[in-house]
Amino acid sequence: MLQHPTEANIVNGCIATAAASMVMIGAIVTVALLTKYRLWSVLWSDWVTSPDHKKIGIMYVVIAFVMLVRALIEAVLMRGQQAFGLGGGFLSPDHFAQLFSTHGTIMIFFMAMPFLTGVINYVMPMQIGARDVSFPVLNSISLGLTAAGAALVMISLVIGKFSTGGWFGYPPYTEANFSPGVGPDYWIWALSLASLGSTFTGINFAVTIYKERAPGMKMMRMPLFTWTALCTSILMIFAMPPLTVATAQLALDRYLGFHYFTNALGGNMMHFANLFWLFGHPEVYILILPAFGVYSEVISTFSSKVLYGYRSLVMATMAIAVLSFTVWLHHFFTMGQGADINAVFGIASMLIGIPTGVKVYNWMLTMFRGRVRFTVPMIYSIGFILLFVLGGISGILLASPTIDYQVHNTVFLVAHFHNVAVPGVLFGMIAGYHFWFPKAFGFRLNERWGVFSALCWIFGFMLAFFPLYALGIMGLPRRTVAYTEPSYVPFEWVAFLGALLILAALALLLWQLWVSIKHRDENRVFAGDPWDGRSLEWSMSAPPPKYNFALIPAVKGRDAFALAKEEGTAFQPPDAYADIELPKNSAMGPVIAAIGFALGFGLVWHIWWLVILAVLAAIATMIIRGFARDTTCIVTAHEVRQEHRRWLNAVAMATAVSRSKEREPANAGLAEREPQGAVS
Amino acid sequence: MSERIVDNQAPAEWKQQERREFRSYVWGIGLALLLTVAPFALVHWAAIPRFSLLIVIGVFAVVQMLVHFRFFLHIGFIQKREDLQLILFSALLLTIMVAGTVWIMASLAARMVMPDRL
Amino acid sequence: MSQEVMKHPGLNLGPAHGKDNEAAETVMFGFWVFMMSDAILFGMVFATYVTSIHATAGGPGPHDLYDIKSAFIETMLLLTSSFAFGMASLALKYKHSKTRLIGWLAVTLVLGVSFLGFELHDFIAMFAKGGVPSRSGFLSAFFGLVPLHGLHVTAACIWLVCLVGQIARYGLDTETKLGIMRLALFWHFLDIVWIAIFSVVYLAGLT
Repeated sequence: MLQHPTEANIVNGCIATAAASMVMIGAIVTVALLTKYRLWSVLWSDWVTSPDHKKIGIMYVVIAFVMLVRALIEAVLMRGQQAFGLGGGFLSPDHFAQLFSTHGTIMIFFMAMPFLTGVINYVMPMQIGARDVSFPVLNSISLGLTAAGAALVMISLVIGKFSTGGWFGYPPYTEANFSPGVGPDYWIWALSLASLGSTFTGINFAVTIYKERAPGMKMMRMPLFTWTALCTSILMIFAMPPLTVATAQLALDRYLGFHYFTNALGGNMMHFANLFWLFGHPEVYILILPAFGVYSEVISTFSSKVLYGYRSLVMATMAIAVLSFTVWLHHFFTMGQGADINAVFGIASMLIGIPTGVKVYNWMLTMFRGRVRFTVPMIYSIGFILLFVLGGISGILLASPTIDYQVHNTVFLVAHFHNVAVPGVLFGMIAGYHFWFPKAFGFRLNERWGVFSALCWIFGFMLAFFPLYALGIMGLPRRTVAYTEPSYVPFEWVAFLGALLILAALALLLWQLWVSIKHRDENRVFAGDPWDGRSLEWSMSAPPPKYNFALIPAVKGRDAFALAKEEGTAFQPPDAYADIELPKNSAMGPVIAAIGFALGFGLVWHIWWLVILAVLAAIATMIIRGFARDTTCIVTAHEVRQEHRRWLNAVAMATAVSRSKEREPANAGLAEREPQGAVS
Repeated sequence: MSERIVDNQAPAEWKQQERREFRSYVWGIGLALLLTVAPFALVHWAAIPRFSLLIVIGVFAVVQMLVHFRFFLHIGFIQKREDLQLILFSALLLTIMVAGTVWIMASLAARMVMPDRL
Repeated sequence: MSQEVMKHPGLNLGPAHGKDNEAAETVMFGFWVFMMSDAILFGMVFATYVTSIHATAGGPGPHDLYDIKSAFIETMLLLTSSFAFGMASLALKYKHSKTRLIGWLAVTLVLGVSFLGFELHDFIAMFAKGGVPSRSGFLSAFFGLVPLHGLHVTAACIWLVCLVGQIARYGLDTETKLGIMRLALFWHFLDIVWIAIFSVVYLAGLT
């Protein structure tokens, strides 16, 4: 920038420097605050080494929010560039390419994935009546690996440059010939760390759901969110390996001169597309299924009704999980394979719309004649239903190979996948955040700011992405930094306005959090059931004790806690308490995170001593962990009894509120029994 | 069949079961040896057309895998259902992914004149 | 009815182990799930190999590089090592002496290490004939597949040594027993992957 002080260079340089400074300042401020308030030991012993699924879940969501802020700012920059993009704009093509690559990579791997993993981590064990996941330390390791990957992406802002090859990093462009820099290496190792973490997470969740359910919690009695968590975990287990293979082979090409995807000597770049989408398509459903689960819980709770067609929703979820492995080719219809193949995969892609459609009817019929309250999660859910159906329809259009050929590689596609990803995944996760926040922290989030934020998200989304459908049909290719067609300009400006509105939505969300923390004492819900909840996570104090259940509940049917409240068996002291065995804190998570980060960084910059050291350290850590015994500690029956009695007393003291007052300070987390027959 | 009955198992029965399991491993290695030696011998000595030979190798391999699953990994149909489900589901996905990949890549190779043989 | 209750697929410990047998259920199921994920990984690497089989780019092909005798010896070594681990499993389950258990584990280890030795020898021979991974897409695919299995066997060997260390340090406690059982599954699983390798890579390559 200083050697060539043109206006464009200065603008690009300023943006890059600002971004790097934000990372640095963020890191320095965090360190300073932790030191000032002497929180290092709290952070270490209460958080990063904790194997408690609830804390791990919260840490995942924190990572997701930090990454969301960065990726959203990048999105606004890109929309801004395109608004001024008629014949130029203010960003260099290389800078623009970095922006869309990091935006996509972060949104998928370091925003959506940690967000849903965090929410599942927090909620799922409580919903099935378990004390923790099956492998708590592995859970902490998964978090460490994800955090290490996220840290690599963040450090790329300061040291070196990130990939310009898009979030899927197609070779041969990302091969050493065309991208000799460190960009693709950052991409490869950040993804490898995150995907390893996700594989372990998937295994952990699936085993937990299979093996740790409370007595009586049969599969067909599990809350729908747990069902979607199960299907997502299964997808993680089986869909992550193709990604690992694809990135590993690309790494071998780049580092050791292999010829998997090169142009010369028998390499075949098309195989990368095949491998990547073998992962990529199930990934789409990894992201959306937990959101479907959240909507199911939210809509049923805020309609005070049993979920309509539970069995069909479960079947639809499973059908989607299996079908998602049969449609990957629709991401490269135009690559040149035979028409028969395109037809088969096109039909499979359309089929997957059927179970999804079933779900939409289920949600609508759950609301029908229910006692619907327009709380924040409910606003997101309704926004989701309306917008997601549109995204689904554009998806069905794209599933037809003939239409796909017409709009291939245009922003029509960008509009489509944002139309399913934003109202689908992101709204779902934010709805879940509002829904379970009082459970996790013991106080409700501010409603008013929440509503403002939700409306900004919804309308911002519509403004930002509907014009892209039109632009796509008008022929604007995706990932173009500038264009020469003046008729694009008005649409681009509307989209830019939408992006700004979304940025405002995020700012409002953070403001809401700040306001809520400030007024937390007026909104306490210690009794634990602010929304008249239906599943077991509402049957304990908010925040819950570290062992979740003082006594593992005996489940008698679907909507276990609603059933208990109806029968009057909720909030009853047990006859006797027993000692509870919990996993001890373990440094495995942070240690693996540090090793993973060192390994990734060493590989990116070819610092071989660091790589060797990190590999040896990883092996040594695993061996030492193998020799660890005495990994559990006991919470005595006496402590459990005291804590449980304190909560029961608080419940007895609390005034039950009716549903019309659930958003007011009077709501202390105890729900009034509805008169018989008030809702069906 | 409750767990308690099993706990009270007599030592004699315990011995018998050990013999049964030992025999299972012996059967396993015997069959595996047969199924390994046969295709190696065919490839090395026999003059069978290439295509038939490939099919024979494939059949031997699949049968030997089943033998290993049965006699070394003790997979049978007396499993609890979820475990068998896991293995069958994995096999299904593996088939979809591998067969799909081969199908797609073969079609591409046929239509796009790959620089393979350059 | 003295038929054993199978708590998980694979070898079960049996009633004589009481609590350890109970503890096995979740851990073993978790390990099975991991192996199935690993199987998909291998499946994709196999698919890569199959689709690159003609991509020799004028370089050496299977007939120039593979040695059927060596592949046969490796197969025999791995197969007998699987049997030896089976014997170790029985020694664990039926509570034979610790020496016998460690003895069978040692036999397994020796066979596993010899397998790795032969494999390494193969690779060196291939390198000498110009069969290096950077020569062609086909050779890249080969060296992405067969050494990946070798890497798994290496990891399994290290794990085995660590488990013997754990036996020495703690005796046969729950953790160690579960470790041996998981390694047994892993060892047999790698043997199954090898069946696919010798059939798809070596035998099919040499037809």
